[in-house]
Amino acid sequence: MSDNFSTTIHSRLWHEEPCANDPFAADVCRAGGYDVYGDLLGKVSYIDYLYLLFKGERPTAPQSRTLGLLAVALANPGPRDPSVHAAMAASVTGNPASSALMAAVAAGAGAGGGAREVLLAMRAWAACGTDLAAWCEHLANPPAPRPAFWPATGHAPGFAEHGVTCAKPVLQLLACLRDQAPSPQLDWLADKRAALEASTGIPLAQNGVVAAALHGIGLLPDEGEMLTLLLRLPGAAAHALEQTRHSFRQFPFFELDLQNDPAAREPA
Amino acid sequence: MSKNAILEQYEGALPTSVGKCFPSERTVFRGLDLHSEFKDADWIELYIFSIVGRRLPASQLKVLQSVWVYTSYPDARLWCNRVVALTGSTRGTGAQGLGAGLAASEAAIFGRQPEIGAADFLVRAKAELDAGKDLEQIVREELKRHPRIMGYGRPVAAEYADERIAVTLAMMEREGMAIGPHLALAFAIEDMLEKVAGRRLPMTYSSVVVAIPLDLGFSPLECYLYMQPSFVAGMIPCYLEALERPAGATFALRCDRINYTGAAPRRWEE
Repeated sequence: MSDNFSTTIHSRLWHEEPCANDPFAADVCRAGGYDVYGDLLGKVSYIDYLYLLFKGERPTAPQSRTLGLLAVALANPGPRDPSVHAAMAASVTGNPASSALMAAVAAGAGAGGGAREVLLAMRAWAACGTDLAAWCEHLANPPAPRPAFWPATGHAPGFAEHGVTCAKPVLQLLACLRDQAPSPQLDWLADKRAALEASTGIPLAQNGVVAAALHGIGLLPDEGEMLTLLLRLPGAAAHALEQTRHSFRQFPFFELDLQNDPAAREPA
Repeated sequence: MSKNAILEQYEGALPTSVGKCFPSERTVFRGLDLHSEFKDADWIELYIFSIVGRRLPASQLKVLQSVWVYTSYPDARLWCNRVVALTGSTRGTGAQGLGAGLAASEAAIFGRQPEIGAADFLVRAKAELDAGKDLEQIVREELKRHPRIMGYGRPVAAEYADERIAVTLAMMEREGMAIGPHLALAFAIEDMLEKVAGRRLPMTYSSVVVAIPLDLGFSPLECYLYMQPSFVAGMIPCYLEALERPAGATFALRCDRINYTGAAPRRWEE
């Protein structure tokens, strides 16, 4: 059955020139045509290299500034965030580092505050642009999750399901982006925030700002989802490492209220 | 109730009906004592109970377990297995490999996506049939909405019958399990697709493995959860054999196996 499959990996992104004496080792590695170790290293910033890897081209200055700001904003959701909580739960009990990050990816992936929500909000940008009526309609009737194993969230993507008012860090991120890396999308979001919040009944969330910013610099929804997964990992890693220095007894174990304990039904 | 009152409500002891362990004493599993009620249970019985909250007869469990057996392929080329093999090749742990392999089974061309897509369509199609709609109309409308119907046509062997279906039907017969309405509908859709599309699009195992539990009263989500362990037995030998090979020697790729079609060499001007 291998007859119908390619024998090579097709890539517009990465090229290697082999060593003269070892075809399995690269002498030169090029990303988007740039010699990574012979040219980029020492010149390129991590953020610009990240953009190059995702888009195949070096970013413009506004794109680079946007991505740099988002990288800081997303780096640590804090230990109460489910993805970081999951990483800490793995590490505090002595799991390998990779278990902690796999846990963070899993618990930070969903549409309820995770990277999938960024994808959904970016799809909303692609569908609605800066048409407020279209946004209100889209947010009120979001498309059914596809593939169908993604659970529905029941709230508008990019907005805080349980929020009471727009959180100060969300407003600070939006303001900083508009100041240092302005885009029509961010201006529109700031201008229409109250109307959107009135439409959804819940406040704008960080993911909503992230989606607007990523859409504004030309990233596609799947690229935004992947970047969000990546950029949220540093905090998970740091908090996971921190917990390895503590006893698992210093980490919350929570209480359960068992509703159907068979022992409770047995006669005394 | 204000919005944050919802979180405040759940902030204390977390209400649960799925279970709790009482260390050195007992464990409650969905309202039953694990160590007395399930002391003689096979793992599949508990696993299915964990999903649907009811205990299935042995004959049905046998068929459900056989579905897992028949799709356990220790072929390291298969994409989810390859993840596990590559983890072994780099001397990663079994849990990392299996966890990632499981996650990589939610693929679009095999595994969980075709399965849940097929379950979703079978449930909708059956409801429409029951409401009196014609099957040909149902299939034509589905093909207008989607380029293909999940569970029909196979990526690695498009022209051939799925070898897992016949053994599953034989197992059902041995266990006295009749073909239920969802499975019968899955076969009827295969025939109808040939008529509508003008070419044969053989039914894949994805349709069968969800039609059977749908006929047992599972929801599409429950079908999806039931199938989670289905590839694991095939993954483990791939991991072990990769460990037996020299590190890095599983699916070794030389530099020229990258077929580069991107930008020509250029300099990064500061």
